[in-house]
Amino acid sequence: MRLTASNLTCRRGGREVFAGVSFSVASGELLAIRGRNGAGKSSLLRMVVGLVRVADGQLALEAGDPELTIGEQAHYLGHQDALKPSLSVRENLQFWADFLGTGAAAIGEPLARVGLETLADLPAAYLSAGQRRRLSIARLLVVTRPIWLLDEPLSALDAVAQQSLTEFMRAHLAGGGVILAATHGALGLSAVREVWLGEAPSPLVGEGWGGGSGGGATTSTPARRVANPTPTPSPSGKGEET
Amino acid sequence: MTALAAMLVRDMRIAVRVGGGALMGVLFFLVVAAMVPFALGPDLALLKRIGPAILWLAALLASLLALDRLFAADHEDGSLDLILMGRAPLELVVAIKGVAHWLTTGLPLVVAAPIIGLFLNLDGPAEVTLVLTLLAGTPALTFIGLIGAAIAVTLRRGGLLVAVLVLPLTVPVLIFGVAAANAVSSRPVPFGTPFTILCALTLASLVVGPFAAAAALRQEME
Repeated sequence: MRLTASNLTCRRGGREVFAGVSFSVASGELLAIRGRNGAGKSSLLRMVVGLVRVADGQLALEAGDPELTIGEQAHYLGHQDALKPSLSVRENLQFWADFLGTGAAAIGEPLARVGLETLADLPAAYLSAGQRRRLSIARLLVVTRPIWLLDEPLSALDAVAQQSLTEFMRAHLAGGGVILAATHGALGLSAVREVWLGEAPSPLVGEGWGGGSGGGATTSTPARRVANPTPTPSPSGKGEET
Repeated sequence: MTALAAMLVRDMRIAVRVGGGALMGVLFFLVVAAMVPFALGPDLALLKRIGPAILWLAALLASLLALDRLFAADHEDGSLDLILMGRAPLELVVAIKGVAHWLTTGLPLVVAAPIIGLFLNLDGPAEVTLVLTLLAGTPALTFIGLIGAAIAVTLRRGGLLVAVLVLPLTVPVLIFGVAAANAVSSRPVPFGTPFTILCALTLASLVVGPFAAAAALRQEME
């Protein structure tokens, strides 16, 4: 399976958010989408699943199910958790298992893997932000989809939960899955490709809110893809931070 | 459980739990209809004559009450994104949400109508025709309302807009519903003709509503 985007352009509210974004990501690979606030990371993810119109450019999925759209073969973990406060943890997860899946999916084991099995009967209204996040991550485990799109997946998660999410992602990649993740932090995974939206900061002046080389120019100029997707040389097995 | 059955169960559960709209609609209906005798005074003949029209108007307003939350709630918590991405056809999902909404807000109105009909001096045959017309007509109100709810999905306070958009579209349903409900008390008007047209309006809205609402949702998301 290979997901290829060529020269994607996104316009929202009459403004060009990004243009000329290309990437290619194959089974077992993770594409980290990086960029500053407002560079269009979330828009790019939503564009891949069909929630934002492709203004220009092409998206293609090789060796996927030809009967289904990319979005129908993907999991999308957005900023919002898609949980109903009046339903219990179990009911929320069971609904998405039934709605997204085909047939009876067991939700007990995924709930245990995200550490929520003792809270299964609690209404989701009483969950903390991190617990809500973990419950939406359980959705990825209940229904098998080859493509995962994760928007800031580590937000609100504590160290233990971040580590187990990394484990889930590693297992998904090992099983031939594809992951696109918009993130600022390090994901702690090998086999990472990167695509930059807007200017890639130089390592020396990358700090500071004023922007890298151009002062405040990053906000006013239309964003351009700068860096090629570069596969990082993956050392054997793990060895990154855990 | 299939995707559509899961959606039906979920929406009905949410509606009957705390913060759901199921009871609000029928309570509003009861309160509005019960106020009418106080406003008009104890003129039994007048109440009997205008009773079906009052009940139909109250049912119309009550069925609009929770409608604006139908898609807006799913939009706000991100569920709508996943629904749009899902493999179940959006038109069918929208239709199922309409069915769930009718079962939790429309059907209770039909059940409560005869009770409040007593307040308005309706006799046996009038009560039966009233229940029949509401049973046949309230699904049309819900499914026409789907369109307004879908159009107003991204607006924070879309409730009033939904009412403004939807009420004019429900005029034919109101006309033929009340005409059929009045058929018993006012002899010259037959029951069958307006009732058949009412059923036709409902059937048409069952088809048009989900398609129009799904198209509106897709457009809003872009």
